[in-house]
Amino acid sequence: MSAPRRYELVYIVSPDAPEEQVAAIHEQVDQTVQKMGGTLEKSENWGRRKLAYEIQHHKDGVYVLEVIVGGGELMKELDRKLKVIDQVIRHLIVRVDDEQRVVDRTRTRRQDTQARRRTARGLPPVPTEGERRRGDSGDDDGGEIGLETEI
Amino acid sequence: MAFGAKKSGSGGRGRGGTSRTGSAAGGDRAGAAGGQRRSLFRRRKVCKFCADKIDDINYKDVKLLQGFVPERAKVLPRRISGTCAKHQRKLRVAIMRARVLALLPYAAE
Repeated sequence: MSAPRRYELVYIVSPDAPEEQVAAIHEQVDQTVQKMGGTLEKSENWGRRKLAYEIQHHKDGVYVLEVIVGGGELMKELDRKLKVIDQVIRHLIVRVDDEQRVVDRTRTRRQDTQARRRTARGLPPVPTEGERRRGDSGDDDGGEIGLETEI
Repeated sequence: MAFGAKKSGSGGRGRGGTSRTGSAAGGDRAGAAGGQRRSLFRRRKVCKFCADKIDDINYKDVKLLQGFVPERAKVLPRRISGTCAKHQRKLRVAIMRARVLALLPYAAE
């Protein structure tokens, strides 16, 4: 509850819409976010992409990604607003902070155990180029087991 | 002991057992060498995400996901891809999300 939640919002704007319209929708999203006390962390325009299947007889669309930090109420409001805009043919909101945390944790854990094992063997903590594959996977396997016993 | 065992029935079975394991070991060896003869021996399947250390299976990474949705656009089963259970679950979710955004098809045309 207390920790801020991070969401990813991807929406597809109809290919018929002019550039300004895309910008206007982005503006609208930004305003809603600010009004409801969130922050827009990142905004990415992927440009025009081909759709894997037709949506409302459109074969392609303009993809926009927004990373938003805010509350659930804000996302609810955004979801409602995007549903109303006809130019937005599809949108998806995904909460990402939890998943990101898990990913970060597994990654740092693996690097830690790898470094510890390597220093124990008298090697530099980070594998150098040249000793790729075999040493790598061996470290990983051992690392997993090491993790289990450690906790 | 080996001489005594030769006469008794149980010893005979034991001998059979050892010879069987011997042949199995031979099979393993052939399997390891069978990288070239793929038609006879299956290659050991490894989870791509474990091997390449891909922690984050993201719905935006279409290139990665595409390798797991063959022709009919179904999710490639674990028994074929060799993906581990943990990563298959994440993969499935990622594919489902990508489908909503028309990054991947629900069904082949």
